[in-house]
Amino acid sequence: MRRRADSLAPLTAVQPQPAWPAALRGLLADNRLAVLVLFLPPALLLFTLFVVLPIGEAAWYSGFNWNGFGRPTNWIGFDNYRFVLQTRAFWLALRNNGLIIVVSLLIQLPLALALALMLAERFRGAVALRMLFFLPYILAEIATGLIFSFVYDGDYGLVASIWRLFGAETPHLLASTDTAMLAVLIVIVWKYFGFHMMLFIAALQGMDRSLIEAARVDGATRAQLLRHVVIPWLYPTIRLSVFFAIVGSLQLFDLVMPLTRGGPADSSNTLVSFLYNNGISRMRVGYGSAVGVILFVICVSFAFTYQRWFLRDE
Amino acid sequence: MRWLDRLGLAVATLWLALGAANADTTVKWLHIEANPAQVKIWEEVARSYEAAHPGTRIEMQFLENEAYKAKLPTILQSKDRPNIIYSWAGGVLKSQIEAGVLEDITDQIKGYSDSLTPAALAAFSRDGRIYGLPTALSQVGFLYNKELMAKAKVDAAGIKTWDDLLAAVKTLKAAGVTPIVAGGADKWPLHFYWTHLAVRIGGKAAFDAALRGENGGFAGETFQKSGELFKQLVDLQPFQNGFLGFKNPQAVGYFGDGKAAMTLAISTVYHLQRALAADKKGLAEDQIGWFDFPMVPGGKGEPSDTLGGITGWLVTKGSPKETVDFLKFFVSKDVQTRLAAGNFIIPVVKGADAGLNNAFMKQIAANLSKSRYHQNFYDQSLGPSVGRVVNDVTAEIAGGSMAPKDAAEAIEAAWKQGN
Repeated sequence: MRRRADSLAPLTAVQPQPAWPAALRGLLADNRLAVLVLFLPPALLLFTLFVVLPIGEAAWYSGFNWNGFGRPTNWIGFDNYRFVLQTRAFWLALRNNGLIIVVSLLIQLPLALALALMLAERFRGAVALRMLFFLPYILAEIATGLIFSFVYDGDYGLVASIWRLFGAETPHLLASTDTAMLAVLIVIVWKYFGFHMMLFIAALQGMDRSLIEAARVDGATRAQLLRHVVIPWLYPTIRLSVFFAIVGSLQLFDLVMPLTRGGPADSSNTLVSFLYNNGISRMRVGYGSAVGVILFVICVSFAFTYQRWFLRDE
Repeated sequence: MRWLDRLGLAVATLWLALGAANADTTVKWLHIEANPAQVKIWEEVARSYEAAHPGTRIEMQFLENEAYKAKLPTILQSKDRPNIIYSWAGGVLKSQIEAGVLEDITDQIKGYSDSLTPAALAAFSRDGRIYGLPTALSQVGFLYNKELMAKAKVDAAGIKTWDDLLAAVKTLKAAGVTPIVAGGADKWPLHFYWTHLAVRIGGKAAFDAALRGENGGFAGETFQKSGELFKQLVDLQPFQNGFLGFKNPQAVGYFGDGKAAMTLAISTVYHLQRALAADKKGLAEDQIGWFDFPMVPGGKGEPSDTLGGITGWLVTKGSPKETVDFLKFFVSKDVQTRLAAGNFIIPVVKGADAGLNNAFMKQIAANLSKSRYHQNFYDQSLGPSVGRVVNDVTAEIAGGSMAPKDAAEAIEAAWKQGN
């Protein structure tokens, strides 16, 4: 497609025509218009119907004090946003999202990178180990949450048994405001590091071996090789990984619900579980919509900024 | 793949044909009852109604409690909504009535409505119009494990005041017994303490005044004091280890396993603990005792005042007339007597409590009939939004992260914000 358009370009250029009919003629000439007319509307329609309209609706509802029954009538302007910002649990949820991002970037990604560097080599059992580390990612979030709620159980759980071995009093990790978020963070790292590891391994396998050999010939040490050849090669993947980690943290919901449901005392809510707990399950559709709009703004501004600053070449 | 489509089509056609042939009217009934033994009786009642009324089909649908609450607003917007839905009355019912999604059934149940306990029916009425039928009552109070109480030499019958309860907790702890088990992760089991204290301290007058916004509303003295007294209990660390991580079924099971001396619970837990205990047997009936929530000296509430639930069924707008007819059949003396005999419910139809065949259920029924002020669960009566704030703050008091005064003020703030 691209090549054909290129070959057409000189032809249209010689004729002194306004820019867009030329473009249009170009479209007509290689049937791109037909493609547009045929294939764009369904996608556009679906996108409008299920993405643009709901976003608009959420923004509209966020101006109402509305419980979801009948039509919204009680317009309260920006009060819902004020209520949201006044809710302590909202800031806790925001803090937790921040925590997840920090832990993802500082612990999860380095861990994934280190494992990837080890397992990208060919040796006996490498594939099996990769599978093993990737396994948690395949598991459904709800199932993971349930499994770990058993693991953390203070009476019968694995953690309790280990503690008992040392004769200590068993902790109820999910029942304390101090440890609940920590417990959730551990599960997040456990569940998603395999995914990032796989991304890194894929990138490492696409690496040109001659680069490494050239560096070796030049007498680079292992550390130098890593620092100046391998990691720079991985930069695009790392940027992608960071993007996934941050967006994933903003959307995190289904892992939190079976583990703690955001509790105790809202200490382990994420923004989305906060939206669900305080908006939907309380029938405060306006309030929930306001949270949704705030979350949307955070996500969109992050995605665009990141795209602009870090993902420009891709 | 194609044969699968065809199969699907064939099944759909068959299903439509059957539906058309079988029933002229279908009454869709959405419930949240998780106890299979009770659902079985309901099914039988529905089948016998169908047998007596050819042309009518009763279709039962089940949703889990929390899922039901979350989906209900959407379900009610649909044209294909169920005809009969579950309700705890209170603030949620109020918003449903205001939204116009319920059928006014006052005229259809004229005469029949006299057979119901007036207080229970009143919960489903608003401005003299009736929107649903009550089906069961329950009371909140302390269930205790006789063996463990005896072990710590605590006389449960002697627990009459809040201070008695605090003393009992201390004695139990000293004897190495976990005094109280609570499902703190679900929060509402904890809100029983705070709300029942408010019932004892302020009585009906205080609650009504708070609703009108008088005396500082829910931030007023009564509700602050409820928090303070609850805090006295919390400070003794009466609950099992990690209680804030226990969901209610787990906590009920814990009590059934005989691991804690007391639990503040809905009267139905008396039976539920058996199903949820690790050995599926739980505590035998003669091992469990009951005492009413203790009094607060100087409180304005009567000893006979009760906290508990009034649950029932609502009819949605545009439902066929058979819906109400079936409900009348379902909430009839016969069926209620049968459910009472199974000890599933405290019935709301007059005379059906004759079916109760166990001393415990009879005692609860007597308490409720004596009660002149039966406070519906706060988290239901205050509506879905404020009610959950009550749950939140009581859980926070229990977790030590909120002062009683702030808790009361948070509820008042939520009340002022409205829905």
